[in-house]
Amino acid sequence: MFGLDTKDTRLFFFVAVLVAFAPFLMNPFPTESGLAQFNGGYPDLMQRFVIFGIFAIGFNILFGLTGYLSFGHAAFLGTGSYAAVWMLKLLTINVIPAIVISTLVAGVMALAIGFISLRRSGIYFSILTLAFAQMAFALAASVLTPITGGETGLQTALNDPRILDFRAEGGNIPAPSLFGLEMRASYEWLVGGWSFTFNVGYYISGLFMLAALYVAIRIFRSPFGLMLKAIKTNQNRLNYTGVSTRPYTLTAFVISGMYAGLAGGLMAAMDPLAGAERMQWTASGEVVLMTILGGAGTLLGPILGAGFIKYFENIFSKINDSILHSWFSFLPEGLENVMVTILHPFVGKGWHLTLGILFMLVVIFLPGGLMEGMQRIGKMFSRKKKSDETDGKATVPAE
Amino acid sequence: MGILEVQSVNKRFGGLQALDNVNLDVEEGKVHAIIGPNGAGKSTLLNCFVGRLMPDTGTVMFNGKSLLGLKPHEINQAGVSRVFQTPEIFTELTVLENVMIPALAHRDGAFKLNPWARMRSEGGIKDLAEHTLEDVGMAEKRHMTASSMSRGDKRRLELAMGLVQEPKLLLLDEPTAGMARADTENTINLLKHIGETRGITKIIIEHDMEVVFSLADKISVLVQGHVIVEDKPENIKGNPKVQEAYLGGAHE
Repeated sequence: MFGLDTKDTRLFFFVAVLVAFAPFLMNPFPTESGLAQFNGGYPDLMQRFVIFGIFAIGFNILFGLTGYLSFGHAAFLGTGSYAAVWMLKLLTINVIPAIVISTLVAGVMALAIGFISLRRSGIYFSILTLAFAQMAFALAASVLTPITGGETGLQTALNDPRILDFRAEGGNIPAPSLFGLEMRASYEWLVGGWSFTFNVGYYISGLFMLAALYVAIRIFRSPFGLMLKAIKTNQNRLNYTGVSTRPYTLTAFVISGMYAGLAGGLMAAMDPLAGAERMQWTASGEVVLMTILGGAGTLLGPILGAGFIKYFENIFSKINDSILHSWFSFLPEGLENVMVTILHPFVGKGWHLTLGILFMLVVIFLPGGLMEGMQRIGKMFSRKKKSDETDGKATVPAE
Repeated sequence: MGILEVQSVNKRFGGLQALDNVNLDVEEGKVHAIIGPNGAGKSTLLNCFVGRLMPDTGTVMFNGKSLLGLKPHEINQAGVSRVFQTPEIFTELTVLENVMIPALAHRDGAFKLNPWARMRSEGGIKDLAEHTLEDVGMAEKRHMTASSMSRGDKRRLELAMGLVQEPKLLLLDEPTAGMARADTENTINLLKHIGETRGITKIIIEHDMEVVFSLADKISVLVQGHVIVEDKPENIKGNPKVQEAYLGGAHE
């Protein structure tokens, strides 16, 4: 369907169903239960799942296929955000121009940075991209303050021109919307002890992520994608095979930069605020972690990695000592305090420690990321099946 | 006039004269072997044809066009394919994909922006690649990962990657180096078979004289960067200069 083979169509619909039902899937615990803090089904977090999913899918087109490890992709994310906020200020509060322009602006910037950085490969390429991103961050935070708002950031204001909008006198700063449908609008559904939130911004971002995934699948399955994979495996041989590799890597770089710009634009569309910190090297590193954690070079891996990291960042960081005490209140006083002391460094502000340990475990034991873990589990099941039926068909790697 | 004309090529690495006034004339449709003891400059010469090295002086003309200063992919697009001595394959991809890549490069040129096209629709390229794999006897292994191939199979895959481009000139760098005797014979038979079915001009680099006698139409003997003899195979064996180079001090 849509020019995808059966396996890819199934994968695409699997993700589509997950996106559609995420408000249920992410809120499995009743609101009053003690486990309610593990619910991730609130709009802000769900938006981040899909937006960082887009960012990671795009990063994977560059890193997963060509093997070029960019350490500066946050520059495109930040640029996309600034461009989007400016569109919301100057043109219209409708998010469509903001999202389109942010993607294009990031693409142009990626063309310029990629053109220079791709003259080198390996660690030198990574360092060049890192240098460009840090330059962009420093510029945004200082010299370019009139455009970026400096350290306070850029946001919409009541007296913005918004030349395409009909302007009412007074009132509040308008919220970003899609033809009047506000991004922050939510419908809350209460069933029994559960509460499920359906947010406009989440579903719009979700649609963009599905489109982004579809484009990524098409690229993976194209002759162009095959050439990118060949670059990762043996770029030198590809040159002697008659292929000019630089235009291929540059195209992949621009495409992944545009994905980052789209993600940045969507972030600004959800919450019309852009700050320089979005361009910082830690943000660039985060998307690298997401892709590797989920499984570089696979189609689902980056989405999985993005969700995993964002969930940890938002859920584990909220667990504090009093919550820990309530968990272990069934233990005798002394033992309770011991348990809380042991777990204290891993939660709250220490969530990075948990994430770091998990990352190390995945890289050491599952070099193919979470996708490899899922594949191994899948194989275990198919092996069991095989012994029941006898027709053994070779397992194809999941992508 | 030959398809490849090499005139007075010199290459010096520091104090070493790697190539000393080398002249070659490769005729179209023929198999031209370049033999010589190890370190004679055979690989240096080959690298001058494919854009890896730039000679200090001299000219390399292919079909009347100079190859010097061209990038490796431009030389390949001009119709010169190289088969590497140590297999240079795309290890993470399947055998079939390894052969489809050069086939695509041959059809589409050095760069084609087609991220929206589908590999599934590339039936023609797939057939061509499968056909070539049949020729080298690897059709049944086409869906296996290239890294899982034996050394001999990797060499045959290399050959298929060169052949699938239907080059005007195929450069074979020691196609039997490091092979067991039986494998060497297989490869020679394979090259003979291909020579009969496809009239591709070939340059074969070898240090083992026996390998090329049955294959080559013409042999150039390279010793210490200098072509000492260029003649038909039957005349090479008895040539006193060649015997001296191989049996005398210069042998391996």
